[in-house]
Amino acid sequence: MRWIKPALLTLLVAVVYVLHQDFWNWRKFEPLVLGFLPVGLAYHAGYSLLASATMAVLVKFAWPVHLEDTLPYDPKKPGPPDPHS
Amino acid sequence: MIPVLIILLYLAVVALVGGVAFRRGKSNTEDFFLANRSVGEMVFFLSLFATNMTAFAILGSSGQAYRQGIGIYGLMASSSGLVIPLTIFLIGTRLWALGKRFGHQTQVAFFRDRWECDRIGTVIFAVSALMLVPYMIISIMGGGTVLAHISDVRGTSAPFIPYWLGCAIVALVVTLGVFLGGMRGTVWVNILQTTLFLCFGLVAVLTISHALPGGFGEYVSKLGGDPQTRFLVTRERMPPQAFWSYTLIPLSSIMFPHMAIMCFSARRVTAFKRTVILYPLAILLIWLPCVFLGVLGVATLGKVGDPDGILLLMLEKYAPEWLAGILGAGIISAVMGSDAHQVLALSTMFTKDVYQHYGGRERYGEKGAVYFARAFIVVITLAAYVVALELKAKQGIFEIAIRYAFSGFAALAPVMVAALFWKRSTKWGALASTLFTAGCLICFALLQHYHRPGDVIWQIGHGKEAIKVLFINPRGDVSFWNGFMTVVPMVFGSAFCMLAFSLLTRAPSRQTIEKYFSSKRPQPTPLPAALAHTSS
Repeated sequence: MRWIKPALLTLLVAVVYVLHQDFWNWRKFEPLVLGFLPVGLAYHAGYSLLASATMAVLVKFAWPVHLEDTLPYDPKKPGPPDPHS
Repeated sequence: MIPVLIILLYLAVVALVGGVAFRRGKSNTEDFFLANRSVGEMVFFLSLFATNMTAFAILGSSGQAYRQGIGIYGLMASSSGLVIPLTIFLIGTRLWALGKRFGHQTQVAFFRDRWECDRIGTVIFAVSALMLVPYMIISIMGGGTVLAHISDVRGTSAPFIPYWLGCAIVALVVTLGVFLGGMRGTVWVNILQTTLFLCFGLVAVLTISHALPGGFGEYVSKLGGDPQTRFLVTRERMPPQAFWSYTLIPLSSIMFPHMAIMCFSARRVTAFKRTVILYPLAILLIWLPCVFLGVLGVATLGKVGDPDGILLLMLEKYAPEWLAGILGAGIISAVMGSDAHQVLALSTMFTKDVYQHYGGRERYGEKGAVYFARAFIVVITLAAYVVALELKAKQGIFEIAIRYAFSGFAALAPVMVAALFWKRSTKWGALASTLFTAGCLICFALLQHYHRPGDVIWQIGHGKEAIKVLFINPRGDVSFWNGFMTVVPMVFGSAFCMLAFSLLTRAPSRQTIEKYFSSKRPQPTPLPAALAHTSS
């Protein structure tokens, strides 16, 4: 069942990506959100908040923890052979 | 006069910060190009954001909104708010780790090592550098234009700071900052710059709303009620194909050399956490007010000569002079923040990927490399300044070049994805992908040169049912299949080239694949047998 979490997170990103194409707001400007924002613009302002929330979910559940242990480069250590030399 | 003084004061602070950073710096390339990989969390976010924001985010966005309406926000900003943080999360973090583990300072250094190639790395370097140079030139042009605009005393035609002097001031301050401070100076300045232009939108909206009788809602309803201007508050004139195509453009962000190099500079990978969450909010803070005010400009100011100056005109009309100066400094910040990173990135690439790679380090050492980098900064900025003056009338060419550069860098994203996540990818796949991208750019530039906006080059069928397969859209961009942008075939074609040519050619050596794909978590040292026995 290890695949469930990655699958759900991939689905989340895909759904958020698809929600960007708000064809239902294409030809209308009303209602004016907060009394002045055309609905299409307000939708995409909300979409930016959703994008931020999506990234917060990814950071919480899909953060590449293994990268935090990365050891720094030591130029004195012998590295792999340079393919150009 | 007051706005000019405020902006000059701001520029002096920028130069001063460069000087302070110079004193803190060390004479090695790791320190000069990457601030010793020591950039902290909040500074990393502010700096990465400044790297990616140009004057377009403020002036261009409002100008485009004036022409095309509110759809510009969804087209360029909200999609970037998802795709850019996503690429930083998936690609930026991995780049950071590889840079830390193997000492890479540029994308090309990583590609060369990852695919055991030399000349192919040079080809990728050349294509990237060629796409970046026009971006840098137009930043200087933008700076000169903004300074001339802001210093234009109301009612006169001769600005206090003419275009040539504005370009010179921007080029000089950027050069001084980068020359002296390197990456450290640049990120310090970014703190001030990003703070300034993040505040810009909010302050501008509040000021203008305060000055407008009746409030914003009345103007928006007026625009929506008039059939001639209704398209500005809807998206009825925006092809859905173009709207979707634009969601691929932000893939370019992580492939811009200055963005990738910035990723190498973080102290810890955790710096990326805050960045990816705050990035969409920062885009919202800048773009939403600018797009909204750009549309509002149609209702309040009517027809203007230069739509890209709409925000400046509104500030001139509705904001007090001192505030216009501070807001002007915000705009200049956006110009200079990205310009400094572009200059530094070009210098890093030439020094690491060409000068050092072809023997410079052995001959002249680390200090020599830093001298080379500094000399290169002076030469490239001087050259950009001369071009900005000589080709001012042909600014449109550079704007077109940048539009294509975004598609070009987006098309190189499959190369990076393959390098990081696909063991079987090869240098020939990378070469095919890069050459395909370069070939597309040349073809599209030629098509655009020989055809006029509205020309249909290839069409299937007739009348209303006709499908325009290849045509030039009213803005002058090459488009496909009734409105898809060039970025679509470029990204998918590049991905196909990467896939096909990699499968057809020999994989890198097992040693290299293990180097990049073995478990990165350090294993705990096994206890000696006797101790292990005791502890159990």
